[in-house]
Amino acid sequence: MSVPSEMHFYMDPNRCIGCQACVQACSECDTHKGKSMIHLEYVNRRESVQTVPVICMHCDSPTCAEVCPADAIKRTEDGVVQTARKERCIACNNCVLACPFGVPKMETDLKLMMKCDMCYDRTSEGKKPMCASVCPSQALFFGTAEEIERIRPRSRPVNEFRFGRQTVSTKVFMMVPRESGESTLRVTRSLERGRGVNTDLLLDNLFQEDDE
Amino acid sequence: MSQFPDGKLEHEQPRWRQDFPIDWTQDQYVSRRDLLKFLVVVSCGFSIGQLWIGWQSTGRRSSELPRKSLGKVTDLDVGGSLLFTYPDDKERCLLVRISETEHVAFSQKCTHLACAVVPEPQHDRFHCPCHSGYFDIKSGHPIAGPPRRPLPQVELEVVGEEIYAVGMKVTQA
Repeated sequence: MSVPSEMHFYMDPNRCIGCQACVQACSECDTHKGKSMIHLEYVNRRESVQTVPVICMHCDSPTCAEVCPADAIKRTEDGVVQTARKERCIACNNCVLACPFGVPKMETDLKLMMKCDMCYDRTSEGKKPMCASVCPSQALFFGTAEEIERIRPRSRPVNEFRFGRQTVSTKVFMMVPRESGESTLRVTRSLERGRGVNTDLLLDNLFQEDDE
Repeated sequence: MSQFPDGKLEHEQPRWRQDFPIDWTQDQYVSRRDLLKFLVVVSCGFSIGQLWIGWQSTGRRSSELPRKSLGKVTDLDVGGSLLFTYPDDKERCLLVRISETEHVAFSQKCTHLACAVVPEPQHDRFHCPCHSGYFDIKSGHPIAGPPRRPLPQVELEVVGEEIYAVGMKVTQA
């Protein structure tokens, strides 16, 4: 069984209310030993209470799998990047460091990388992922393109992200305002200066002065 | 279905990327050529191993073994035994005086799973305590328990009062 091709995962960070329901629902699942594979991040904790759920975006060219020295991260034919295969994972942390979205988590006590696999046990049977089934504001939505078109007339899905010079296209869609002309979300735009990418990101951010 | 970070096609990718595909189906796929390669290499390995084992055992048997003094005939009482190493320092052997005129010597290594056998001259046998194997003390043939092959016998030669180990006799079951 595989995930039906007409079903897609849509994530709308604007609608996230930070209720943690997705985190709780994810940790109820037996397939990953009661650990939550979704994390809820604050966008800028000092300024705002806005949160954003971080789920695996299931990249078309998954960086986590590209950097895995043990060949442990595999993608099934429906495009879902699976969690690390236990018998192969050497807990080296490469994927954790490499993932542009910060999705994989290292479970040091299990010596295993675990990540969101879009609830493969559920979605391959045509059900919704746990997080999407409980999200009260539907910041996480699993359904067809027609459904999302109907219920979100002011947004449109985007699945191309730009990190510096790397463009990543994903299976999971992110909702952006319909009027924005961008087809690619430039995630690191604020860090880029002049030509190309400023490589000294760490130092620049450490010594950033308050704007106000 | 794979997309590659450099945007090139699959056959243009470096060899390592083709050998370690990200997609599950490609990872599980074994081509006929790979299977044949594996079968040929493994069976060749086994054949060469067999030839090597055969060559080693024939080579060892034909080579001249050293002559080693084990002491005087009267050093042992009847029923007494002596542990010695022969033909090299690693192979332990047992010399047993079974009567006034007779000495026998065998490798101490049980032919079942290589435990050390214990002489029991009062019962005319060697006993292997690991799995209760028994060998005849005169011939070294297995008489009870799991061993099927006799203990390798050390050939002895008595010159005057001195007793020498001069060779090994491995008899097949």
